[in-house]
Amino acid sequence: MELFFQQILNGLTLGGIYSLVALGLTLVYGILHVPNFAHGAFYMAGAYAGFYLMSAQGFNYWAAMAGAAVVVALIGVLAERLVFHPLRNSPGLHHMIAAIGLMLFLEAGAQAIWGADFHRMETPYSAVVNVAGLTAPLQRLLIIAAAFGLMVCLHLFLKKTTTGATIIAMAQNREGAALVGIDANKVAMMTFAISGALAAVAAALYAPINLVYPSMGHLVITKAFVIIILGGMGSVPGAIVGGLIIGFAESFGAFYISPDYKDIIAFALLVVILSLRPQGLFTKGVR
Amino acid sequence: MAYLEGKVGWSVLLALGLVFPFLAGNDYHLTVMSNAYIFALATVGLNLITGYTGQFNLAHAGFMAVGAYTVGILTVDHQVPFWVAFALSGLFAAVLGFFIGIVSLRLKGHYFSIFTLCVGYIMFLVIEKWESLTHGTVGIIGIPSPEAIGPIGFESPRELYYLVLFFLAVGMWVMHRIVRSLLGATFIAIRNSEELAESLGINLMRNKVLAFMLSVFYAGMAGGLYAGYVRFLGPGMAAVEHTFDMTMFMLIGGIGTLLGPLLGALIMPWVTQYLQFLQEYRFLVFGPILVLLVIFVPNGIVGTYVQWRMRRDARRAPAAAPRPASANPTAQPLQEARGGSHA
Repeated sequence: MELFFQQILNGLTLGGIYSLVALGLTLVYGILHVPNFAHGAFYMAGAYAGFYLMSAQGFNYWAAMAGAAVVVALIGVLAERLVFHPLRNSPGLHHMIAAIGLMLFLEAGAQAIWGADFHRMETPYSAVVNVAGLTAPLQRLLIIAAAFGLMVCLHLFLKKTTTGATIIAMAQNREGAALVGIDANKVAMMTFAISGALAAVAAALYAPINLVYPSMGHLVITKAFVIIILGGMGSVPGAIVGGLIIGFAESFGAFYISPDYKDIIAFALLVVILSLRPQGLFTKGVR
Repeated sequence: MAYLEGKVGWSVLLALGLVFPFLAGNDYHLTVMSNAYIFALATVGLNLITGYTGQFNLAHAGFMAVGAYTVGILTVDHQVPFWVAFALSGLFAAVLGFFIGIVSLRLKGHYFSIFTLCVGYIMFLVIEKWESLTHGTVGIIGIPSPEAIGPIGFESPRELYYLVLFFLAVGMWVMHRIVRSLLGATFIAIRNSEELAESLGINLMRNKVLAFMLSVFYAGMAGGLYAGYVRFLGPGMAAVEHTFDMTMFMLIGGIGTLLGPLLGALIMPWVTQYLQFLQEYRFLVFGPILVLLVIFVPNGIVGTYVQWRMRRDARRAPAAAPRPASANPTAQPLQEARGGSHA
């Protein structure tokens, strides 16, 4: 029972982090049709920004997380302006190559500043709590609460505010949105900013139970792509459900099959699902 | 196109390749060039599926590793002669490509790329974790050099250089035959518009899978050569970064041209060489270069040259009939339209 509960907890932690990363990726894809391969590098940049603000500048954990979100949101806006905006009429292949160039640049940048070593981000929440006879590390509970809290906030933002409505409108119909006077450039920048901030928060939440290093985004971004294919490219609820599916598959797979192969599980799952359903699990008519 | 890719151009390139060992200052230059040839062979293969058929494969380095490990495992663990293992390396990659192709090529555009990205990771992780077969992170050491054929041995850097050059030349010649044939025209038709190609009666799946198999066959052969040349293998060679490298080679030379990927793959190792003082920070320079190229020179060296020539010809002979599109497989539909308005 205890062990089973641990796996549920792990699944929710991983799922929460993956969902946050996948949400940013799916927003950018749904609205701008850019498969942003550099999103994993945004995640990595968020972890380093948080780590730097905490360790070198003495910020507390939450302030460092907010700072990281701002920094990566700015990186996202710059990426949109300098890289993806000039390419908006190019074939899809060019978006991917440009995103790869951006990714290589950000990774090399992190390595140039902080070196190739692994870093550990401290957390003030290293305690282990005991609830009804079951123990759980506080940081994991925090990740779950923060990740799902943030998802609720994002949902409310998209559904309840005018700004959110313009973003949704552009995702649904670009020409129509332009006709009613929505500034496509503003929405594109905002989407990249939100996407970057989500990745940074996910990284700052997860970094204390993982490590910070230049290539830390690789596996995460690949899994995020798996998730948004599972959930339907561009679908917000799809990204959350997909994130949980992969999180649980990994956590239970590592426990019941083999921890060595836990990273393969997500990819194998995708290969199987796409073989049976090429359009993804929950896609309905979304390109 | 005629100047660059005609008989004269290819003969000059081949002659340069043949005399290079006499011009090279030392064995180190030979090693750099041989390595470039091996990656050129894989890049030329990648260009068939990405440049000519329009499906961006991100698992190419994985297929190269499959070919290399085929040679490594067979020669070291099973004492199979190098040449037998080498013949199997391309074949095995192509068979694997068949199965991955029939699943993944039903997916369109970005979906295919992401699927192959996952396949690339699976290949890397399997090579790293399946220790009983691949020796895991330790890698495979002590791969024998290719056995002598008659009086020709393959021990010295110069002999190995000519061996690699030979396979690159054969690979280029075969690729030339493929893209200039009806099959090549079919691939280009699929790239330009899958719907249109299908309406012309082209069997999409069959041709896409065929292009994919041919493409990864090149990767497998290149991997086999790599195993025989470097004689040491580690799981790192399956890393997706190597596919990114090859993509960069293609882009710099010109995606969807025969000569471009070859030129890109031959030039870049020397650029890297002269930027060696940057060490691991080379991507600080390469990353922005890649972005700038995609934005400002998306057709690469060869593609840009071809466009320039077309415009010049159009200016000189405005009355002449426009060239048929098939004579210029470089230009994307978008650029063709743009070029037309200039003419």
